[in-house]
Amino acid sequence: MASTSLSVHQKAIRSNVAKKALMAVTGLVLICFLLMHMFGNLKIFVSPEAYNYYADWLKHDLLYPILPHGWFIWLFRIFLVVCLVLHIYLMAILWNASLHGRGAKYVRKNRKEQTLSAKLMRWGGITLGLLLVFHLLMFTTGTITPGFAYAVHDPYHMFLGAFSQWWVVLIYAIFVAVVCMHVRHGFWSAFTTLGANVGPGARTVLNVLAYFVAALLFVGFILPPLAVLLGMVS
Amino acid sequence: MKITLKIWRQANKNAEGSMHSYQLDNVSEEMSFLEMLDLLNENLTAGDEEPVAFDYDCREGICGMCGIVINGSAHGRYESPVPTTTCQLHMRNFHDGDVIEVEPWRAGAFPVIKDLVVDRSAFDRIIQAGGYISVNTGSAPEAHSTPAPKRLADRAFDAATCIGCGACVAACPNGAGMLFTSAKITHLDNLPQGQPERMLRVKAMVAAHDDNGFGGCQNIGECASVCPKEIPLESIAQLNRDLIASLFRGDGRAQ
Repeated sequence: MASTSLSVHQKAIRSNVAKKALMAVTGLVLICFLLMHMFGNLKIFVSPEAYNYYADWLKHDLLYPILPHGWFIWLFRIFLVVCLVLHIYLMAILWNASLHGRGAKYVRKNRKEQTLSAKLMRWGGITLGLLLVFHLLMFTTGTITPGFAYAVHDPYHMFLGAFSQWWVVLIYAIFVAVVCMHVRHGFWSAFTTLGANVGPGARTVLNVLAYFVAALLFVGFILPPLAVLLGMVS
Repeated sequence: MKITLKIWRQANKNAEGSMHSYQLDNVSEEMSFLEMLDLLNENLTAGDEEPVAFDYDCREGICGMCGIVINGSAHGRYESPVPTTTCQLHMRNFHDGDVIEVEPWRAGAFPVIKDLVVDRSAFDRIIQAGGYISVNTGSAPEAHSTPAPKRLADRAFDAATCIGCGACVAACPNGAGMLFTSAKITHLDNLPQGQPERMLRVKAMVAAHDDNGFGGCQNIGECASVCPKEIPLESIAQLNRDLIASLFRGDGRAQ
């Protein structure tokens, strides 16, 4: 095996624990992004102008004049894509290690601690990836435009048009539900992987925070589409 | 009481295994699970059949030799009201007419040798990699010559109660040996005597863990829920902290 020629230090850097730590950091970055994205979406309740101005500011003026107009959004997109690709790449390696690690299947297995969220981390994550592609094809590239005309400078009306259709709201409800589950286990797991689970008290705190962040994301993300569907925003 | 056993039979490492059914009458509820298997084996031997191979030694719950998966949980933990090893699980936790499924530990790092016996030498290789402290032999040093803070000494002692039975690996959906490895890390890293080799130890043991084919941890907690010695889940976080810190140190670099 090639790995036998590595030093102990090199093996430690390539270890599952080190990979998980990087996965935890990239996951937490993505959770921070989701929180920001969710909060921004709530501007829909302020006014069409506020929503469109915010979207425009994100794309053109954020960090100006430190960066030239329109640079921030691309730097940020590159950063997010790097985090996402790393997160998925490490998941694939660790999944493979787990398949070898678990060996033959039990005829009967009885799991006590494993929650549905924990069980679905990998398949749920893949589902999230696919739904993310759908999401970007809708609102970022305008390839799929159910119920709206693609207009870069008027995301407010894209939002309204899209979420006036019940099935779009349903797909996004599933999307944010999977996000919620993934974040629920992921948040706790990331902090534990980084060593924050120092005792039973910390375990409780981390789990309560995980539930809070997951619920916050679910409610925050589903409120605007639901309000549009129910005609509360027009 | 009468019970039906469904037991994994596998002639050797390379043979195909399968579940076999056996009826047992006259099972006393005072019997331990292993004594019940002894009874089965006496019957099998009398009937000129190959007895079921299973590991055991002390039968007092302290050696870590016994360990089988009973009704889907390691050591039959979910049949028992208290943390237990297989030898300390008693038939009073079962009922007349029960069907009990018995399987070996299943993990990539623990190949089945025969029936319910698995090869756990992967654990020995993790210990060899760093589960020790280096001291000069000779007469034992005076116990009070190296003060250890009470809180840390207690943590170290709790972790040191790990008997290396492998239930954590058997219960883990990823076949990870993290609770075992982290118990050894927590034991030695909290004591003054463990400090000189601390950074090298965690790197070497984690490397040996991965090299021996154990999977990665997902912080699910199945391991701690079946551990007969109640090694806490936060031991794994201690290992994680130490490993991450060690990555910024030069210990274990090629010379």
